[in-house]
Amino acid sequence: MMRPVLNVLAHLGRAVLDALARMGRWFVFMLALFPALPASLLRPRLIVDQLYQVGVLSLQIILVAGTFVGMVLGLQGYSILATYGSAESLGVVVALSLVRELGPVLTALLFAGRAGSALTAELGLMKSTEQLAGMEMMAVDPLKRVVAPRFWAGVMAMPLLAALFSLVGVLGGFAIGVGLLGVDAGSYWSQIQSQVDFREDIVNGIIKSIVFGVVAVWIALYEGYDCLPTAEGVSRATTRTVVNTSLAVLGLDFIMTALMFNV
Amino acid sequence: MQENNMRDIWVGLFVALGIAALTLLSLNVSNLLSLPSGQGYVVMAEFDNIGGLKVRAPIKLSGVVVGRVENISIDPHSFRAVVGMNIESKYTIFPKDSSAAIYTSGLLGEQYIGISPGAEDTVLQSGDRIALTQSAIVLETLISQFLFNKAAEGDKK
Repeated sequence: MMRPVLNVLAHLGRAVLDALARMGRWFVFMLALFPALPASLLRPRLIVDQLYQVGVLSLQIILVAGTFVGMVLGLQGYSILATYGSAESLGVVVALSLVRELGPVLTALLFAGRAGSALTAELGLMKSTEQLAGMEMMAVDPLKRVVAPRFWAGVMAMPLLAALFSLVGVLGGFAIGVGLLGVDAGSYWSQIQSQVDFREDIVNGIIKSIVFGVVAVWIALYEGYDCLPTAEGVSRATTRTVVNTSLAVLGLDFIMTALMFNV
Repeated sequence: MQENNMRDIWVGLFVALGIAALTLLSLNVSNLLSLPSGQGYVVMAEFDNIGGLKVRAPIKLSGVVVGRVENISIDPHSFRAVVGMNIESKYTIFPKDSSAAIYTSGLLGEQYIGISPGAEDTVLQSGDRIALTQSAIVLETLISQFLFNKAAEGDKK
């Protein structure tokens, strides 16, 4: 009679305890990584290699996605603005939504899928083949040698990728709005320049993308570092990276938007 | 080594592209360049009602932006709004008897100050005050005037 109830309770309790334990390990990982960060700056070679993996290889998807998002914004924005007879402000709609929101957020989501999952899988495989343990045996700190360069590369790559995303997005909107729908080219740019503020919009967008970069790499590295050293464990950790990063980015985005842009 | 070199070039290209995108966004997409260089001169103007005019709203002469609204305050004696207009120093061309009016760009657009030049030979200097001003049109006042006139017409009949 009581058994099913107890079972449910036990499940719930285990889930909560697991989550708490994982948060605790995440925090410990964070504390351990902090002191390793400055030392790895002395070996830029490692960071450059990771920049290639994390940044250059993400370029393709970021540029293509950015162009298409900008083009869709151009089409949708035009059809709505044209009903109010203010199709000239198309540029502002495209530029503001890209610079403030879509640029950082979509870049972070794509980044989690493209680079974050790769980082987790790489670290997870290193762990399951005991390469990390091997390094420790040779008195090489894997946090300094393996994790920290990847952290720096991710944090550096995110703002650059987000800026590229926004820029090709604005150009994509320009191509659709001006090239296809006949918005005046001059007013497209001049409206953007008069309405988009450097401090309010561009700098806040960059801050957002840096924060998202930190969050995305941090989760990816932690999941890889913490995964069960089995094939299944690695695959689960990779999934968790994408899911958790997406949730964290979307939640943080709401909080940061509420704080930054006093609506 | 060859492969490593290629990789370095790609990373360099990536970082350069990213920084170029950041600069382009800052310079071309935002209003960083269209800010007055800080070397303008400030002219005051008093308005009865500034409507929705905001700090940093453009100041236009014949539609060309010549400056930005720098501050908006209240004159405690006359209870009128005092708008400080920062005009770029290359436009030291406004006759003393120029007038300023608050317009709206488009039906729903932002408000800006339009300057109509006068005829005098001396030009406005820093700290001068524009005497002739025309306030922003407040839609409610306009509608109530219209209704009032209609009612008056009805009385006559």
